[in-house]
Amino acid sequence: MPGRRRFLKFGVAGGLLLAVAGMVRAQPGYRPAAGDDTLQALREADREVLAAIAPAILAGTGAAGPAFAAAIGSVDRAVAGLPPHLQDEVRQLLALLASWPGRRWVAGVGAPWREASVAEVSAFLERWRFSRWALLQQGYHALHDLVLAAWYARPDSWPAIGYPGPPEVG
Amino acid sequence: MIRDPIRDGLAAGWKVSDAATLDRDLALDADVAIVGTGAGGGVTAEILTAAGLDVVLIEEGALRSSSGFRMLEAEAYPQLYQESAARKTLDKAITILQGRCVGGSTTVNWTSSFRTPAPTLAYWRERFGLADLSPAALAPWFERMEERLAIREWTVPPNENNAALARGAARLGIPTGAIRRNVSGCWNIGYCGMGCPTNAKQSMLVTTIPAALSRGARLVCGARADRLVLRGGRTAQLECSALDPRGVRPAGPRVRIRARHYVLAAGAIGTPGLLLRSGAPDPHRTLGRRTFLHPTVVSAAAMPQRIDGYSGAPQTVYSDHFLEREPIDGPVGFKLEAPPVHPVLFGMTHQGFGEAHAAGMAQFARTQVLIALLRDGFHPESEGGNVGLRSDGSPVLAYPLTPFLWDGVRRALAAMAEIQFAAGATSVLPVHERARPCASWAEARAAIAELPLQPLLTRVVSAHVMGGCAMADAPARGVVDSLGRHFQLEDVSVHDGSVFPTSLGANPQLSIYALIARNATRLAERLKAGR
Repeated sequence: MPGRRRFLKFGVAGGLLLAVAGMVRAQPGYRPAAGDDTLQALREADREVLAAIAPAILAGTGAAGPAFAAAIGSVDRAVAGLPPHLQDEVRQLLALLASWPGRRWVAGVGAPWREASVAEVSAFLERWRFSRWALLQQGYHALHDLVLAAWYARPDSWPAIGYPGPPEVG
Repeated sequence: MIRDPIRDGLAAGWKVSDAATLDRDLALDADVAIVGTGAGGGVTAEILTAAGLDVVLIEEGALRSSSGFRMLEAEAYPQLYQESAARKTLDKAITILQGRCVGGSTTVNWTSSFRTPAPTLAYWRERFGLADLSPAALAPWFERMEERLAIREWTVPPNENNAALARGAARLGIPTGAIRRNVSGCWNIGYCGMGCPTNAKQSMLVTTIPAALSRGARLVCGARADRLVLRGGRTAQLECSALDPRGVRPAGPRVRIRARHYVLAAGAIGTPGLLLRSGAPDPHRTLGRRTFLHPTVVSAAAMPQRIDGYSGAPQTVYSDHFLEREPIDGPVGFKLEAPPVHPVLFGMTHQGFGEAHAAGMAQFARTQVLIALLRDGFHPESEGGNVGLRSDGSPVLAYPLTPFLWDGVRRALAAMAEIQFAAGATSVLPVHERARPCASWAEARAAIAELPLQPLLTRVVSAHVMGGCAMADAPARGVVDSLGRHFQLEDVSVHDGSVFPTSLGANPQLSIYALIARNATRLAERLKAGR
C-alpha cells in the first residue's frame, strides 16, 4: 500500500518540524501582530522573514523597497484565501524560520533576518531547493510560489517582462 | 456591453442561494440532489430538469460570471480554482489545477474538446468489462453534446505559441492536428483560464446550468457537501456546511437535503473524498484508488520573435504522435499541446529564483511553451494515486511518480526540446531545477539524458484528475457500473471524471459531457418510471 506508507513518512517528518515550530511559538517575544490591522493571515514576525526572503527571490526583477512591501502584503492576502490546511502549513513554515533555532539550524542563516544579506538568504534557499529532505524542498517551493505569484500578479511587474496586461473588453 | 446571462437570470428570479448569507440552517427536499456544477453536474442538471424532475445543485465555490471576469490572475485563481490554484498532491510534487466555482473546471478550462480515443475505450471494454462503451454506441452522445456546446473546428489561425508546435513538428515529420473548441463567437483573446469575459466559451456556466435554473432547479453555492448520511444501503440525507464569504471555513449554518437520488459530481478528488467522509461501503477497497492525472511536464523555449503566449486561443494544435508509437499498455505515451502563458502561472512554473529566474522572465514575451501529458493507467506499473482524507476531512491525493513515468518524462522533455529547436528556438529550458537553458538540440539532448528525474526537482503539473470511483462490470473492479450507479448504494450515482478506470489520453471535458449525457438520460428514465 504505497499510499499509506507515504502518509506515514510525511507525517513523521512533518511532526518533527512542527514540534520545533510549536516550541518556538511558546517563546516569549514571539507574539501575533494583534495591533497591526494590515495583516490578515500572517504575523509581524512572518513579515520580517518574508521581507528578508523576497529580495533574494526577486533579485534581478528591478523590484525595490516599496515593491517588496507591497508584494508581501499580497502574500498575506493570498494566504488568507487558502484552505485551512494550507494556511497552517504556511504559518508553520514561517514560524519555524522566524524562530532562532529554525533560522540558525534549519535554514542555516546566522544573522537575524533583518540583517541577513541577499547572498546569505540566497544560499539558504539554494540549500533547501536541493536538499535531500523532501520537507525542506517543499518549504523552498512554498516560498518560491508565494513570493513569485504575489510579484507577477502585480501590474507593476509587467513592464519588465513585456506583458501588456489584459485587453479591453466590453 | 456584453450581456451577462447570470445577472439576467438572477434578475428573472432564478432560485440561487449563496450559503454565505444564511443566518440559519436550510433544509431542502428534491427529486435529485447534485453535488458539483462542473461538466458532470451541469449536464446532469440540464437533462434531469428537462425530464421534469426537481433538482437541487450544491456548489462549494461561488457563482461568478462574465461581468466579474476581469482577466486578472490575482483575482481568478483565488476566486475560481480549488485551493487558489495551489492544490498539490500529498508530497507537493504535482500541482493540480481544478475549478472551484459554478461551472467547475469548465469555467476555467482551455476549451480543448476531444472524443474519448478509441484505443482507450477498447482497453476499458477488454480490461474492465465495459462492453457498452464502444465508439459507435457513444457516437450519438458525442454528437448531441457537440451540438449543445458548439464544439467544432476552430478555423482562426493558431497563435504563435501553437503555430510553433505545428511548425516544429512538421519539420521533423511529426503529424499534428487541430483542436476542436467549445466556443461560439470567440474573440480569440486568450484568457479562457480566468473565466471567459465574453461568454463565448460554452462552459456549463452559460449553457446547462442556466437551462436548469430556468426550469426551476435550485442552486446553493458557497456550501460544502460534508457527508451522505447512510442507513442500510440508502441515503437519509446530504449534509452540507455553509462557508464564510471567502469560502475558506464553515460559517456555522448547515444545509440539509433530502432527495430520492443523489448524484455526485464533485470531481475526481472531491467525489471520492465525499464518499470516504460518508463511510460509504467499500468492500473491495476500490474507492479513491487508481486516480490518474495525465502527469504533465513543461519545456520553455526562447524564440527570436515575439510569441505573446497569453494572447489568442490557448490550445489549438496537438500531436498524438508519441501516444501512437507504442502499444497503449507499453512504455508510457504522451500527448503534446501548448498552454497559455501568463505571468503568474509561468512565474510559478519557472524553476529557480533571483537573477536566473528574472532572466527567464525577461524573455516572457518571446517564450514558447510546450507541455507533454503522460497517459497514465494502462500499464501494470502505472496504478495512479489514492485519494485519502486529512485530519480536517479535506481530501488529498497521494500520487507516486514511478520509474515507469520518469521514463516517459525523459522522452517527453527530449521530444519537446527537439520540436522547439526545429521551430526556430534560440534556447530551450526543460522545466527542472537542475536544468539550464540549452543553446542547441545536441546540448539539450545530452542535458536531458543526465537530468535526475525526481519529485520536487522536475516540475510536474496536472489539469486532468480522473478515476477514483471507477466504472466496471463487477464490484470487485470498481465503484460504479457503466451507468454510474454505485454498486452498494442504490440511491447514489457518480457523474464526473472520477468514473474513468484509466486516464483518457485526451483532455477530458467532452468525454465527461457525452458519458454523463447518456447516464443522466438513463437516470431520468429510471426515476420517471419510479425505480
